[in-house]
Amino acid sequence: MGLAAAMLAAAGCQDSGNSDGDAAAADCGGKIAIFGAFTGPNAGLVIPSLNGAKMAVKQFNAANANCKVTMQEFDTQGNADQATPIANQVAQDQSFLAVIGGHFSGESKATMPIYEAAGLVMVSPSATATELTAAGNKSFHRVVGNDGTQAAAAVEYIKNVQKGQKVFLIDDGQTYGVGIIDGVKKGLGATAVASDKVQTDQTNFDATISKIKSSGADTIAYGGYTNEAAPLLKQARAAGVKAKFIGFDGLYDPGFPSGAGDAANDAIVTCPCLPADKAGGTFSKDYQAEYGQAPGSYGAEGYDGATVLLDGFKAGKKTRADLLAWVDAYDKQGVSKYIKFDPSGDVDKSKVAIWSYKITGGKFEPEQEIKLTS
Amino acid sequence: MTTDSKVERDPKVERKRVSIGDRWRALPKWQRWLGFAAFVAFLYYLPLLGIPGLTWLRTDYIANGNNWAGVLFTCAVYVLIALGLNVVIGLAGLLDLGYVGFYAVGAYSVALFGSRQSPVVQAIQDKFGLSQEWAMLWAVCIIIALVLAMISGVLLGWPTLRLRGDYLAIVTLGFGEIIQRVVRNSVSWSGGPAGIAAIPGPEGAPSADNKVFGLLDAKPWYWLALSVVLLIVFLVRRLENSRVGRAWLAVREDEDAAAVMGVYPFKFKLWAFAIGAALGGLSGLLFASRAGFIEPNQFNAQLSILFVAMVVVGGAGNMAGVAVGAFLLAYLPERFRDFAEWRFLVFGLALVIVMLIRPQGLFPSRRRARELQDRREEVPAGV
Amino acid sequence: MNFDELFGHLGQHTVDGLAKGSIYALVALGYTLVYGVLKLINFAHSEVFMVGTFAVLGTWTVMGATNNPGIGMMLVFLAAGLVAGAVASGATAVAVERIAYKRLRTMNAPPLAFLITAIGLSLVLSEAFGVWQGRLVKGMPTIVPQEVVFQIGNTAITNTQLITVVAAILMMIGLDVFINRTRYGRGVRAVAQNPDTAALMGVNKDRVIMLIFLLGGLLAGAAALLYSVRYGNTRFNVGFILGLKAFTAAVLGGIGNLRGALVGGLVLGVIEVYAATLTSSNWEDVAAFVVLVVVLLFRPTGLLGESLGRARA
Repeated sequence: MGLAAAMLAAAGCQDSGNSDGDAAAADCGGKIAIFGAFTGPNAGLVIPSLNGAKMAVKQFNAANANCKVTMQEFDTQGNADQATPIANQVAQDQSFLAVIGGHFSGESKATMPIYEAAGLVMVSPSATATELTAAGNKSFHRVVGNDGTQAAAAVEYIKNVQKGQKVFLIDDGQTYGVGIIDGVKKGLGATAVASDKVQTDQTNFDATISKIKSSGADTIAYGGYTNEAAPLLKQARAAGVKAKFIGFDGLYDPGFPSGAGDAANDAIVTCPCLPADKAGGTFSKDYQAEYGQAPGSYGAEGYDGATVLLDGFKAGKKTRADLLAWVDAYDKQGVSKYIKFDPSGDVDKSKVAIWSYKITGGKFEPEQEIKLTS
Repeated sequence: MTTDSKVERDPKVERKRVSIGDRWRALPKWQRWLGFAAFVAFLYYLPLLGIPGLTWLRTDYIANGNNWAGVLFTCAVYVLIALGLNVVIGLAGLLDLGYVGFYAVGAYSVALFGSRQSPVVQAIQDKFGLSQEWAMLWAVCIIIALVLAMISGVLLGWPTLRLRGDYLAIVTLGFGEIIQRVVRNSVSWSGGPAGIAAIPGPEGAPSADNKVFGLLDAKPWYWLALSVVLLIVFLVRRLENSRVGRAWLAVREDEDAAAVMGVYPFKFKLWAFAIGAALGGLSGLLFASRAGFIEPNQFNAQLSILFVAMVVVGGAGNMAGVAVGAFLLAYLPERFRDFAEWRFLVFGLALVIVMLIRPQGLFPSRRRARELQDRREEVPAGV
Repeated sequence: MNFDELFGHLGQHTVDGLAKGSIYALVALGYTLVYGVLKLINFAHSEVFMVGTFAVLGTWTVMGATNNPGIGMMLVFLAAGLVAGAVASGATAVAVERIAYKRLRTMNAPPLAFLITAIGLSLVLSEAFGVWQGRLVKGMPTIVPQEVVFQIGNTAITNTQLITVVAAILMMIGLDVFINRTRYGRGVRAVAQNPDTAALMGVNKDRVIMLIFLLGGLLAGAAALLYSVRYGNTRFNVGFILGLKAFTAAVLGGIGNLRGALVGGLVLGVIEVYAATLTSSNWEDVAAFVVLVVVLLFRPTGLLGESLGRARA
């Protein structure tokens, strides 16, 4: 390494990164990175969160003229292999003090070791896979309930509201879908009568529909994203399947009702995200004013994720280690929920609210908060 | 357009239009060695690139960030893939559209046998009562990866190499898809869609304590990959000029004539497949070790097609050509990230344009260029 | 392995498979026509189909189509969709040939150059639609509401399934007659047998090649309409997997053989539905390719063998 270090020095400052640049110049403020699928098929799920975070930063900078925080966006398209090089960049640029992301579980899992090695704190608004916080990591935190909680809530909903006696389970074979459907299956026990796995980019669901029909299911639970769920539901309804449909936050995307058309009517989608008008403070109104539309999935969570970090800057934290400690100890009401992290990085489970949304006329209408009995 | 073939035959043309390649070959041997050594030294220096005027080559898309070495590492891995696929396509003339399958076999070999979190390692731990910390050494994983990739190459080649070219293309394309789907659907032994983390590198499992091959600094990884590439270039060059290499050439040009002359095509095709597969596995292993985490989605059919494009755009059959092709196709999309959504559209357009202007590739092998010239002269008038 | 389900509803699964395979067959005809004449895998054909589905969607949107129109409007929408799909797909196919392949042919470029050009073109087309139309699935209005027209035991055959299968078989027969019985068809067969001799005999080779691209495009356009009616959705990468399957179907039946494309498509559709029923839907692709490899081992030129113009000249 000695030789390499010498070569590095000879190469000039190109590589060393001037860590003592703008970040340290001001007494307060700094730079954060946000990464996620801002383009690509599932961007609809992530954009509200990005907007929420942007708005938080904007409000913060307006209110604190002597403490500017800048946020840089990195688009991963939701792919782990796009997220990794970005993580490497951000980790090595010492002017970045914290990270908001990842928005999906796969990209979060892939980049966690890198951010952890660099001592960067991650605050995720929407990565919900249970396993993310199960491996004893230090840097990952999320302001959202995990899939375990959501699956438990969905089980409650299926049992008590939909009164499902025979439930047909479908997942898309991806990390997120498999994880949540496993949780639902365990919770339902014998009521889960049959299941099928579809694959990404599938367009014909005849076989699945036959299985649903012969199982005599009265409820279908689908774990996955819009690209497969919308045509599946549409074809199932066209083929005369009357069973109730329940999906999860992966379908909480305007593209789902628009892709499935009339077939989506009365479909239920659960989400650990608050309805816009339930968010605390003036968030919902501000968002509407800023972007001309109601905050969609995870808008409030994106705002909260940014706020957790911004509060840290305001408190004068300006190193990665300080911010990490700050987030670990955070204990304050956010707009989406009360935010306090347990040692594994999950938000306090008793404060997580799972909501069910019903699709009516192509729109998600908040239905009820699902109370967990346990 | 000038052609290399004419240059050799006609001294008058030679004086007027010598290509760079010919001028290079005309140099004395020691000068060529010196030039080559300087080039290699430059390659090793590349991640530190700070020469004024050349810094725009770097791919840092944030002010103080440094992804340049990481991109170079990807380029080196892709060059390795192109070298392997070149053995199959360029030298033996077999169209393999499922090369990603071997890449995946290599990556999953090191993941499944080297990571403490893999179901396979955990099963071995239970069976032999080993500690939770036990996993195969990285060096052992290299051997496993090479052997498994070669075996899968032979298993795929054995039934399919008797098929004609176009059938081979679709069967290999299917193979690439199957590997990905099987890995994704088999949660019990492959980790399924969640993938496998904690894949080891030369220093063992990824951790912040690793001094050289760490998670953050990609430069050592690039130097490792570059060294592997140089070694493989040397070995493949030897192979190309050996009896096997000449047999491949004969089979590629005219299978029946080769068979009549006593070169058994099937045997040599199978060799090409197995060697190509092993190199694909090796590059997959490098990729997985560096990434530390893999999931099935990273090994899709589009990647196979990209690999073939690298070889063809560079110039099938010419090692330097395919290396340049691989470098360009890995590097350009990274350099021009600003195009964002338009990247692949532009990429497709570039492929079409290159092929329409230079159908033989950017840097065709001399022999291939001559073949193309012959073909062109054969075109009947009026078409 | 869910044998009860498969054998309990064997008829139903077979019907589902045939309907699914009909779409493969129509797209496969495009591959087989081009391959039979030029010995070229036209990889861009999948995107020709994709463009067709978007043309159908666009036309219906412009005409203000809604779910479940009356019988009169239904026919109008179907006719408009067919015209739009066929024109868009046919034009795309011919454009691909004119812009790219023709130039490569005059240079007598190596086969790999054709392949990479085709791959590049299909990237350009699908990415262009991805950028323009977004990457999320697009829903279409339900023009033909599904109804069961025949009920045999526990096998229900719906109107859309019937339309799909019948249309595919009719178009296949029409194409077969066109190739085997008409003057133009004779030209196609002549070029397929020996391009240079055909040219010497006064066949305009260039026109024949354009004709086969046009025919393939028209069939893909028809397939796009049937697909839109039956599945009611499309997206920018809808062609990739479907094209892969259609090409597999063409090879399975014997590439270059028109009847083989139909047989291959139907067989592949049925195999996929059986496999998805026996295990789960995410194994159907694996099953399709395994069957392909096994068939090629025993019949290296596909189920019906290769022939466009050869045996039945």
